[in-house]
Amino acid sequence: MRKKLVVIGNGMAAGRVLDELFEKSPGAYEVTVFGEEPRVNYNRIMLSPVLSGEKSFEEIVIHDEAWYRANEVTLRRGEAVVAIDRLNRLVRTAAGAVEPYDKLVVATGSMPIVIPVPGANLPGVVTFRDLDDVDAMLKAASGGGRAVVIGGGLLGLEAAAGLAAKGMKVSVVHLMPTLMERQLDPNAGYLLQRAIETRGIDVVTSANTRSIVGDERVTGVALDDGRTLPADLVVMAVGIRPNTTLAKNSGIETKRGVVVDDFMRTSDPDIYAVGECVEHRGACYGLVAPLYDMAKVLAGDLAGEQGAGYAGSITSTKLKVTGIDLFSAGDFAEGDENDEIVLRDPSRQIYKRVVLRDNKVVGAVLYGDTQDGAWYFDMLKKGVDVAPMRDTLIFGQSYQGGSPLDPTAAVAALPDDAEICGCNGVCKGTIVQAITGGGLTTIDEVRAKTKASASCGQCTSKVETLLMATLGDQYVAGDRKPMCKCVDLTHEEVRAQIKAKELKSLPAVMQELAWKTSCGCPSCRPALNYYLICAWPYDYKDDYQSRFINERVHANIQKDGTFSVVPRMWGGLTTPDELRAIADVADRFRIPTVKVTGGQRIDLLGVKKEDLPAVWAQLNSAGLVSGFAYAKGLRTVKTCVGSDWCRFGTQDSMGLGVKLERLLCGSWTPAKVKLAVSGCPRNCAEATIKDIGIICVDSGYDIHIAGAAGLHVRATDLLGHVATEEEALEYVAAITQMYREEAAYLERLWKWVEKTGLERVRAAIMDDHENRKALYERFVISQRVARRDPWAERAAGRDAREFAPLAVLMPIAAE
Amino acid sequence: MRNESRFWFDLGSMESIPKRGARTVRTPHREIAVFRTASDEFFALENRCPHKGGPLSEGIVHGRKVACPLHNWIIDLEDGQATGADKGCARSFPVKLENGRIYLDMGMAAPA
Repeated sequence: MRKKLVVIGNGMAAGRVLDELFEKSPGAYEVTVFGEEPRVNYNRIMLSPVLSGEKSFEEIVIHDEAWYRANEVTLRRGEAVVAIDRLNRLVRTAAGAVEPYDKLVVATGSMPIVIPVPGANLPGVVTFRDLDDVDAMLKAASGGGRAVVIGGGLLGLEAAAGLAAKGMKVSVVHLMPTLMERQLDPNAGYLLQRAIETRGIDVVTSANTRSIVGDERVTGVALDDGRTLPADLVVMAVGIRPNTTLAKNSGIETKRGVVVDDFMRTSDPDIYAVGECVEHRGACYGLVAPLYDMAKVLAGDLAGEQGAGYAGSITSTKLKVTGIDLFSAGDFAEGDENDEIVLRDPSRQIYKRVVLRDNKVVGAVLYGDTQDGAWYFDMLKKGVDVAPMRDTLIFGQSYQGGSPLDPTAAVAALPDDAEICGCNGVCKGTIVQAITGGGLTTIDEVRAKTKASASCGQCTSKVETLLMATLGDQYVAGDRKPMCKCVDLTHEEVRAQIKAKELKSLPAVMQELAWKTSCGCPSCRPALNYYLICAWPYDYKDDYQSRFINERVHANIQKDGTFSVVPRMWGGLTTPDELRAIADVADRFRIPTVKVTGGQRIDLLGVKKEDLPAVWAQLNSAGLVSGFAYAKGLRTVKTCVGSDWCRFGTQDSMGLGVKLERLLCGSWTPAKVKLAVSGCPRNCAEATIKDIGIICVDSGYDIHIAGAAGLHVRATDLLGHVATEEEALEYVAAITQMYREEAAYLERLWKWVEKTGLERVRAAIMDDHENRKALYERFVISQRVARRDPWAERAAGRDAREFAPLAVLMPIAAE
Repeated sequence: MRNESRFWFDLGSMESIPKRGARTVRTPHREIAVFRTASDEFFALENRCPHKGGPLSEGIVHGRKVACPLHNWIIDLEDGQATGADKGCARSFPVKLENGRIYLDMGMAAPA
C-alpha cells in the first residue's frame, strides 16, 4: 500500500514540494492537500499584476484542476485543519472530518500583520495576502475614491500602484524615512519615491498611524502628527508573520516560526514544515526563492534521497511595478569594514551601488538599470574575489575581460547554477538541459517546459538569448519580436496592455509601458496611434503628428513633394457628371497626369500641397469624396458587371460592391484593405488575390480571404459560403473588425490569417454567430466615429495651417 | 562681427507650429522647414532631404530627429546630418525663440 502524505496548506511552497516530489518519485505517495482558500494553487507573488489588471487569475494559476487529477492529488479546498493528533497520526478539520497520515507537511504560510490601532477592524480595512483581498480591493476601486496604503515596503507599493492603475487616489503611509528601507538604501529609496509620486501617488514617510477613523465604515487614517488622511479603503501592508498556531497547539516546537532542521523536519520526525511558516537556523523568509530551495530539499527527503540539506538563503528583491526597475541583494548598510563603489546618472535616474568586504561582493542596490543584478547576486552567493575587475565592476558584466562582450556571450558565460528566472526559480543549467535534451527551439516551448519567464516575463529576453547561445546557428528567431527599439514588448503585448490598463493616450502608453525614448520613433508612433484609435474609438484623440504624411493630409506624396488625389468611385462605377468634374479640376489646377488606377478609379497626379483644399472643395461640390487611396483602411472594392449586364452573371456584383464599399469605408485598419466582388466563378474582378474577395454563385456568395498581389503573391482561401447579400455584408464587416483588433500594425490581412490560422478565423466568423454579431457591432461603433469625409472637413478649413507655409518671402523689384 | 549680419525675422507665435511638427518658410532661393519638438525646441533646416530631395517638413518628428517621408532617412534636426548608415547633410539655419515667438536668421537663410 502507498504511504499517505497529507499537506496542510495549498500555497506556493506546498505546490512546489509536490512538483518536486512527483518528479523525483512519482506515485510514491497518496497525497491529500488541505487548502483554506476555495481554489486551486496559484502564484501569490503575481497578485499585484492581477490587481493592476495586467493579468487575470487564470494566468497566475500554477496547478489547474487537470494537474490534481493527473497526479491523483485529493484537494480539499475550503477546509481548514484545526488540529494535528500526533499520537494517532491524523489531522482534524473545522468541520470535524479526520484524515490519517504517514507523513505530514505543514505549509501554513504566513499571516499579514494587522497593526493594533483603534479602528483596525472597520469594514473597508483590508490586507494584501490572497485573491479575496484582491477582489475586495478591486471592488472598492471600482467606485474610484481614495485609498490609504499603510506600509511602504514591497507589498504596499505594489498594492498602491495597482490601486492607482485602477483609478483610485492613493496615499502611502510609511513609518520609516525612506521607502523599502529593508531592501534599499536611502538614495535608491529617494529615486523610488519620486517614481511613485509621478504616478500620482502621495507618499507620506516618517508617519506613524495613530488610528483608523470611521463609524460604520472606514473614512480616514489619523496620523501621530495630527493629520487625518481621508480614505474609502485602507490596505494594511506592514509585513507578515509566520502562521504557527496549528503547529504550536499540536505541541510541535515553534519559536518565531515552526522550527525545522536542514531537511525541513520539525521536532516530530513524521512532520515536516516548509515555506513562510518555518524558522530555519533562526531565519524566517518571505520571498519565493528560499521557499523553492526548501521545497526541493523536503521533496528529496520524502523521496528517500541523501541530499546535502538546506543551508539557508541569501535573498534578492525586485519590485513588480511596471516601469520601475530596482534590484537589491545582501547587506548594504554603511559600515567601516565595508567598501563601496557607486555610479549615478541623474538625468537617466540611474543609481548603482555595490558593497564590498575583503574584495567580495556583500550587497548590491541597483535602481533604473538592473541588468546586472543577477551577475552581482551570483558573485555574492559564491563569494567571488572581485579584486581583478574592481575598476570596471560597477559597469557590469559586459565590461569585464577587456572588451565589451555581446549579450549572447554574457549569458553564455554565466555558470549553470546562475538564476535566470527569479519568479519560478529556474537556473541556467535547467533551461540549457531542457533545450538540448528536449529539442526545444522556441521561447514558448522553453516556457512550457521549464516555466522560465512564464510569470512576470521580465527575464524573457534573457531566456531568448540563452536559447540563441545554446542553439547557435540552429536558432531561428521566434515570432516574439519587440515592437521597435523603443520598447521590449511585442505588438500583441502592447495592445493587450492598452486594453488591460485602459491606456488612452500616447504619453500614457509610453510612460506605463516603459518606453525607452521620450516620444517614440517613426515606427512605433503610427502603430500606437492606430492601436489607441481601435481600442478607444470614442475616447482617443487621433494624433496627427504620429501619422505618416499621406494620412495627415489625405493625399499621396510623390517623389517631387507634390501629391496625388483619388476620389472614390463606388464599386468602380462613375457618371458623366463625375467625369466632367474631374476633367474640370484637372484643367483648373493644371494637373499634369490623369491616370486610371488598378482599383477602378481615377488618380490625379502632381497636385501642389497648397492646392489640395481647393481641389477637394471642387470635387466635393460634384459629390466626389476622398477615396482613401493613402489610408491604412479600405481602399477599393473592385467589381465586374455581374447579373445587371453579363450573360454569365449570377448575382448583382456591382450592387454588392457598392454596398460593401459604403459599409466599410472610413475606419482605420492595420494595413490597407482591398476587396473585389466577382459575379461568377470566372472571376473577372480577380477577387482571389484580394484581402477579402466575394465570388458570386447561383446559391449565394463564397467569401474568400487572405489573398495578395504585391511583393508577395498569394491566392485567397475559401472561408465559407453565405446565402444572402445581407449576410455577405455582415460577415465581411466582422472579418474586417477581427483583423482590426488582432493584427499588428502594417500587417496585411493574409499575413495575419497565416499567423492566427484560417481555422480560427473560420470558427470565429462562420461558426460562432454570437461572436460574429459582436464583431459586426464593434465595427459599426468604430464607423460612427470614423465615417466622415476628410476632404470636406479640410475644404471647410480644418487644419488649414497644415496646407499653408508659415511665411513667404518674395523679392521686391527695385525701382 | 558675425552677429551684425544677423537679421532675425519674426515667423510668428510658437503655437503656429504643432508640437512634433513643422511648417515651411519660402524664400526666393530655398524652402526652409522650421521644426518644433515635443519639448518645444525649434530647429530650421533646408526642406530637402540629402538623399532624394524629399520635403523634410512632412516627416514624423521624434526626439531631435525627423524621418524623411520619401524613404525614411533619419535626419538630425540639430545639424541636418543623416544618421545611422546614411551619409548626407541638409543645411541648417539659426533659429531662436523669444517671448513665445519664433525668429529665423534671414541673414543666413535668404542669400543665394
